[in-house]
Amino acid sequence: MSRTSLVTQMLTNDRGGRVFLAVLATVMVAVPVLNLLVPESSALHVSTYTVTLLGKYLCYALLAVALDLVWGYCGILSLGHAAFFALGGYAMGMYLMRRIGDRGVYGNPDLPDFMVFLNWHELPWYWHGFDSFLFAMIMVVLVPGLLAFVFGWLAFRSRVTGVYLSIITQALTFALMLAFFRNEMGFGGNNGLTDFKDILGFDLQSDATRVTLFAITGALLALGYVLSRYIVSSKLGRVVIAIRDAEDRARFIGYRVELYKLWVFVFSAVLAGIAGALYVPQVGIINPGEFSPLNSIELVVWVAVGGRGTLYGAVIGAVLVNYAKTFFTGALPEVWLFALGGLFVVVTVLLPRGIIGLAGQIKTHRQAKASKQSEALT
Amino acid sequence: MGFTTTGQRRFALNHPFPHFRPTLIVCTLLALLSGHNALADDAPPVAPMPYADAIAALKDRSFDLKAQAVDALVQSGNPLALAALKALVDGDLYYAQDDGRVVIAKDAAGGVLTTDAGSGAALGEAVKRDLKKIIINNTMRNQLRAAIARLSLASDNPDARLSAVLEILKDLTPEAVALLRTAREDEQSRRVREALDTALAIADVNADNKRARLAAIDELSASLYPEARNVLVPLAAKGADGEFVEPDAEIREAAAGAIRIIDGKREFYSTVETAFFGLSLGSVLLLAAIGLAITFGVMGVINMAHGELIMLGAYTTYVVQLLMPHHIEWSLLVAVPAAFLVAGLVGIAIERGVIRFLYGRPLETLLATFGISLILQQTVRTIFSPLNRSVETPQWMSGSLEINSVLSLTYNRLYIVLFSLMVFFALLAILKKTRLGLHVRAVSQNRAMARAMGIRTGWVDALTFGLGSGIAGVAGVALSQLTNVGPNLGQSYIIDSFMVVVFGGVGNLWGTLVGALSLGVVNKFLEPWAGAVLAKILVLVFIILFIQKKPRGLFPQKGRAVEH
Repeated sequence: MSRTSLVTQMLTNDRGGRVFLAVLATVMVAVPVLNLLVPESSALHVSTYTVTLLGKYLCYALLAVALDLVWGYCGILSLGHAAFFALGGYAMGMYLMRRIGDRGVYGNPDLPDFMVFLNWHELPWYWHGFDSFLFAMIMVVLVPGLLAFVFGWLAFRSRVTGVYLSIITQALTFALMLAFFRNEMGFGGNNGLTDFKDILGFDLQSDATRVTLFAITGALLALGYVLSRYIVSSKLGRVVIAIRDAEDRARFIGYRVELYKLWVFVFSAVLAGIAGALYVPQVGIINPGEFSPLNSIELVVWVAVGGRGTLYGAVIGAVLVNYAKTFFTGALPEVWLFALGGLFVVVTVLLPRGIIGLAGQIKTHRQAKASKQSEALT
Repeated sequence: MGFTTTGQRRFALNHPFPHFRPTLIVCTLLALLSGHNALADDAPPVAPMPYADAIAALKDRSFDLKAQAVDALVQSGNPLALAALKALVDGDLYYAQDDGRVVIAKDAAGGVLTTDAGSGAALGEAVKRDLKKIIINNTMRNQLRAAIARLSLASDNPDARLSAVLEILKDLTPEAVALLRTAREDEQSRRVREALDTALAIADVNADNKRARLAAIDELSASLYPEARNVLVPLAAKGADGEFVEPDAEIREAAAGAIRIIDGKREFYSTVETAFFGLSLGSVLLLAAIGLAITFGVMGVINMAHGELIMLGAYTTYVVQLLMPHHIEWSLLVAVPAAFLVAGLVGIAIERGVIRFLYGRPLETLLATFGISLILQQTVRTIFSPLNRSVETPQWMSGSLEINSVLSLTYNRLYIVLFSLMVFFALLAILKKTRLGLHVRAVSQNRAMARAMGIRTGWVDALTFGLGSGIAGVAGVALSQLTNVGPNLGQSYIIDSFMVVVFGGVGNLWGTLVGALSLGVVNKFLEPWAGAVLAKILVLVFIILFIQKKPRGLFPQKGRAVEH
């Protein structure tokens, strides 16, 4: 099978994906236009606040695609994906911290504010190089990728699967959270990294920068989606699905199961890291709370709500749940946890295939009903 | 506490006339003090001031005269003197403005309750306005403390005698040493005797007689009091000029040896203490994890709401204490079954309402129960407010068991270690010896076969889940004594609990026991050099690596049951 035919096949078979990409493209064009070109007095104007909010949702959507790739297609329920997201975010945050230079509260040109506050005199070795944007971007990809590689190599080689894997991924992100809370680590401790000024010389507060970041996030989400779709439609993806459905059988046929899993896991971690790196300049802060196990589990719920194993379902779930979160925490803060908790229960018990699967569920239900009626008639 | 009662009992048995000994000491004291005064002042011996006069003399404005009066009180041998001196140092000694009577005043509702310091007769309530406080200065305060210590040496209570010895240790005058020597002769309590021996040895270390010094050093090597070590250190140390302070080499070596012995012992006891802290942390982990060992280990249900069931148990304790505010001593005994019922019923509701539809889909159970945990947290937040609630500790759980001057174990931790073991063995007995336990094991091994044999599997599932949840509630009662009771209580234990169960080996209660205790002990031994947070991180990393090596934990299940 030639590569072009695979791509055509991929696009023709993926109706939901085509719809998603079309919607994403529309939003990516419409939002910047409505923000920058339509006057603020107009009802159609999209405020910069909304642009940033949408950008945040798109980062979450990319993260959800990353998780869906490992959970929906490979059967690895990672409860630590927020760790990769946060590591990518920290790499970007370190670059943005270095960009502050002497504009910090203490005005120290060599050290970030929190280090001056802690009475440090020298930049720790692992902060060197983050003055360069390129180096930081390499780290955004490399650090989560490397962690996923080492962790996955150990776990998949010794055939840790299912629940056990979920629990140790949770332990991983918990341990990282505890570590990043320590001031001695040199990542700002409890407060994390914040107070960013500019990125590549563009002021982070300006509308143009925000809209650009939004557009870049949208573009990378589309790219991440297409790449993930490409992976799951390729031969590698077929093997990965086989592993999800019957790991032992795939192994006995002769596939090196652990290598396939490792590759998908690392790719997913890199996507999560990129999502984190896009998230930080838009939100303006990264702190150890991003590592909290709760975040990783919430992420799993986005994917479950949207419908796992579809990729675009993850995007829908991420956007919907986060929109609901924004709405509820603003309007009815007490109700949010009830709603989120209820969502967990309802989705898992009643909607095993999520919103995307709902249509199919209704169809089969109708068919079953119809066939029952026809049986009753005959 | 324990020692106090036994000490008193022993004393009462051995002495048919319990008043004999104290009087003897007071007489010696009297002789010594008067002798000392005569020598020191080089003045004609003063006729001992009668007790009543000495009390009256305390009113004098001159601190010198007051100090003499205090000496006279000590010499008087009157049993009331101790109470008067204590009141004086505490600022509770007054004299009436009208008749000049010296009284001890204790705060009471509405005014003060007074007692005549001269006769010990209760005078009833008085108004503070009518009384004038007897003021003392710092010099007198020191004198009073020493005087009280000397008088307390004659006390019936070994604890009082012990603290008296320790007080006297701060300032060992020759007459105090003589006093201690007399007290040593018929001291019955082992603890007080040890303290007395230490004090006497400290006095002898700098004596003239070399043999006595060596004997004293030998004696001090057995003592764990910091004063003993402090006395020995200069004997083995070099002075500022680089020369040994102590000229005699033999003494120096003996002192150095004694310091080594003391340090060795202290290190041993601090290791014992760390091990105890570790066991206590381990038993907390055990309590938190043991319910999970049932729901996760035996039933295969990943119950992320487990931590919230623990929280419910802790809140039940809080509610029980609200309901019986006058019987805090008994509240925990009521709270244990109450928490078991509350958490157990909630658990059964969770199982019947949600989990039952998800058997065979462990990852989905994880998500659904996580949703339930959020709902439970928010419910508690809505009912009890998001702030922490304070749960009182009954009298019998506070305080500590003093093994020696270096090692003391707090009662609440001691009880929790015992309690967690009790819960563990009770659970083990239920699983191994009862009919329910038999059914639980049958269902967990082969559901279809168990059903074919007539076991109502749905019923067993509900009861098992209720049992595991109930135990989580009981753990909550214990945790309410150690940590803050708040809506987030459960979250801090859920990851630890899973680690313990996975580390110990799923489906194996003994594994959970060993896993919990060893993780607790390892954590506490890492803490001194790594710090609390880093120790925790190291333990987590260790478990992650351990699971790679042994994916089924310390004690993996064997046989066909593994496949299910």
